[in-house]
Amino acid sequence: MTDTALSAGTEDIVLSVRGAGKFFPGVKALQDVDFDLKRGEIHALLGENGAGKSTLIKVITGVHPRDAGAVMLDGEEIHPQHPGDAQGLGISTVYQEVNLVPTLSVAENLMLERQTRKFGLISWKKTEADAKAALEILGLDIDVNRPLGSYSVAIQQLVAIARAVALDARVLILDEPTASLDGEEIKTLFRIMRELRDKGLGIVFVTHFLDQVYAVTDRITVLRNGRLVGTFVTSELAQIDLINHMLGRELAEVSAHRHQDEGNYSGPKRTIQIKNLGKKRVLEPVSLDLQAGEIVGLAGLLGSGRTELSELIFGTQKADSGLVFLDGEPVMLRSPRHAIRSGFGLCPEDRKQDGIVAELSVRENIVLALQGRRGWLRPIPRAEQQKFADDMIKALGIATPDSEKPVGQLSGGNQQKVILARWLVSKPILLILDEPTRGIDVGAHADIIKLIKELCDEGLALLVASSELEEIVAFADRVAVMRDREKVSELVGAEITQNKIIEAIAR
Amino acid sequence: MKINERFYPILATLAVLALLYGYGIFEHRAFSDTYVLGALLTDNAFLIITAVGMTFVILSGGIDLSVGSMIAFIGVLMAELVTGFGMHPLMAALISLIVGAAFGAFMGVIIAKFDIQPFIITLAGMFFLRGVCFLINLDSVPIDHPFVAAFSGFKVQLPGRGWLTASALLMLATVIGGVVIAHYTRFGRNVYAIGGDRHSAELLGIPVHSTIIRVYTLSGFFSALSGVVFAFYTASAYPLAAVGVELDAIAAVVIGGTLLTGGMGFVMGTFFGGIIMGVIQTLIAFDGSLNSWWTKIMIGALLFGFIVLQRLITRSFSGMRAGTT
Repeated sequence: MTDTALSAGTEDIVLSVRGAGKFFPGVKALQDVDFDLKRGEIHALLGENGAGKSTLIKVITGVHPRDAGAVMLDGEEIHPQHPGDAQGLGISTVYQEVNLVPTLSVAENLMLERQTRKFGLISWKKTEADAKAALEILGLDIDVNRPLGSYSVAIQQLVAIARAVALDARVLILDEPTASLDGEEIKTLFRIMRELRDKGLGIVFVTHFLDQVYAVTDRITVLRNGRLVGTFVTSELAQIDLINHMLGRELAEVSAHRHQDEGNYSGPKRTIQIKNLGKKRVLEPVSLDLQAGEIVGLAGLLGSGRTELSELIFGTQKADSGLVFLDGEPVMLRSPRHAIRSGFGLCPEDRKQDGIVAELSVRENIVLALQGRRGWLRPIPRAEQQKFADDMIKALGIATPDSEKPVGQLSGGNQQKVILARWLVSKPILLILDEPTRGIDVGAHADIIKLIKELCDEGLALLVASSELEEIVAFADRVAVMRDREKVSELVGAEITQNKIIEAIAR
Repeated sequence: MKINERFYPILATLAVLALLYGYGIFEHRAFSDTYVLGALLTDNAFLIITAVGMTFVILSGGIDLSVGSMIAFIGVLMAELVTGFGMHPLMAALISLIVGAAFGAFMGVIIAKFDIQPFIITLAGMFFLRGVCFLINLDSVPIDHPFVAAFSGFKVQLPGRGWLTASALLMLATVIGGVVIAHYTRFGRNVYAIGGDRHSAELLGIPVHSTIIRVYTLSGFFSALSGVVFAFYTASAYPLAAVGVELDAIAAVVIGGTLLTGGMGFVMGTFFGGIIMGVIQTLIAFDGSLNSWWTKIMIGALLFGFIVLQRLITRSFSGMRAGTT
């Protein structure tokens, strides 16, 4: 199947980018990039954070005007001024965050600007029928009159794809569509992608899950630092070579298992005991002990209660049973403020919404938690703030021109590092990391994991929730396995293997 | 079958209306007479006409504070055109509508093109128009014309003792027009989309700027129409007329079940919202022993209730972004 898709001649190229360039003040986001998409192929677009994937897509779809080069659709140069233009030309995009309107009905989201009209007025009967037909292509049978927001993110994502496909698209761009989907939902998405490919659509697939790249794509284009590394046939490119292309260096040793005896921490043994912490309809009571210099992994499927446990410990949600003890003393956990005062920190799963303050600078974001802990009546002197920020930028390798750049303008991996830095300067006792590597590519991923290990050696107690088992196996001293909002098992030392964890989840 | 979430607020509005009206009929025998209904429709006509325009503004995620001043300004303008220039009132009304729509469009252009908070621009519009009223005329002036007399004398008999006035009929026509625009045109649906999530609407290819300009044009037009009706109905013009009507209109829209953050609501709900406010006023007038300020207290309490209700409904949505991006 792959071979037939590839043996097609150059006349089958639907979208062609030649020498594309995009410059932002001080940054060459995209430089001399060529990219060819054929009819009837799924083409992965890969690269680290800041490699230029999003910029290339924004140049193709007209969000950013290009500063150099040409974009050709079926051999004709196009100059889309905004995404609507590109859509009209047949280039549809589905973004990671579902870009539909949650308050409108499913039918309306599908048919906006394309409602069937009779005598100038919308015919709802026909419009709803059209919407149903568009969903049928994807095998989706839902009530199209309900507001979109009342459905799960996965269904919203499929509706977004249905809309893109129904727009007579020739090119479909999927920007990290699988980030918020679970395994079954991803399978459905892949099935749909293959069906659309077989109908002759050119599909650009941006993701950071390499196994997904191998599962579904025909060719791979890799970008690095805004430049083209190369385009490869998926079946002929070994994963290790792919990672090399993406990183331009050997991947740091991520998977070495770290056991408790390897820890270098020998300071005072502070302990955090969680006793029967729970909340009705949210989490069954959970008990868990943590020590300074220890990494406890929190494993489980999406919705197993990982995030909920983190939030209860940090006070984002109020527990209705149980207590948390710090060195044997009960801790008040009525709000995140109390938790921070007690020396707890949380890097949330959704860093855009709950973590960073996008408009504030790197420096301001870094001192935020420390300032909160000191209280607003004792401001941190500017010089001291600057020192904290500069130290952290250096220590964590945050890629930013200076400490005054708004965090919103950094890439995902660097934003995550800023959040880590924020907690590090406030010297917490317990740091909870919820999916610290989500949406971060391989290079930053290794950096973050290395950081997690270093932090632990400095005497932090770490609780790390993650859906990536390899990751947990790589760094955890102990693993608490969650299932159906309940802790079902605790694994220690040599017991920590992917198979054991999966067994515990499945049991 | 599960009731569609979108209908919760308007069902709450209808429940409140039924409750209040039912209470009125239970307490005062005269309340069931069509006379009360006719008076409600007439007395609240200019408010509801303005509120229909306001519904579009709020659905789009904006606000228009200039509508009260617009009503007064249009009144003064009409008086000047009819008595000063000897123009036929219908001609004066036509000019007024054009002026109102143009002023709304002007504010819309600033809001859309310069991406400025509608609150501040329409606040400027509110001061500006109120000031211009005094530039034209300092005192209350009558609008004397046979047509105006005919307008205020026009009646359609209802079964019972009630009747519909020309103001009420115009208002009902406006509500129907508003429903059609909101639910059966692409412009109307685009307004909902922008209010629901502006960023997404843009990415979905909706012409956001032109839609926002048209929203404020529409609001300018409806508030001007309201000014015309108000002028005909009172047969006079006064620079200090309709002070605070913008807030009454916003209250009617919210009590009518439209989400204050935009994206959800019904023009029909606004009609009911306006009627609810009128019913409260009538109930307090019927009672006789209560101070008229109780109207404000009741409306305030209702607003609290509706805003909390809205919050509960939107909170159940996944992927609902806070505020506008």
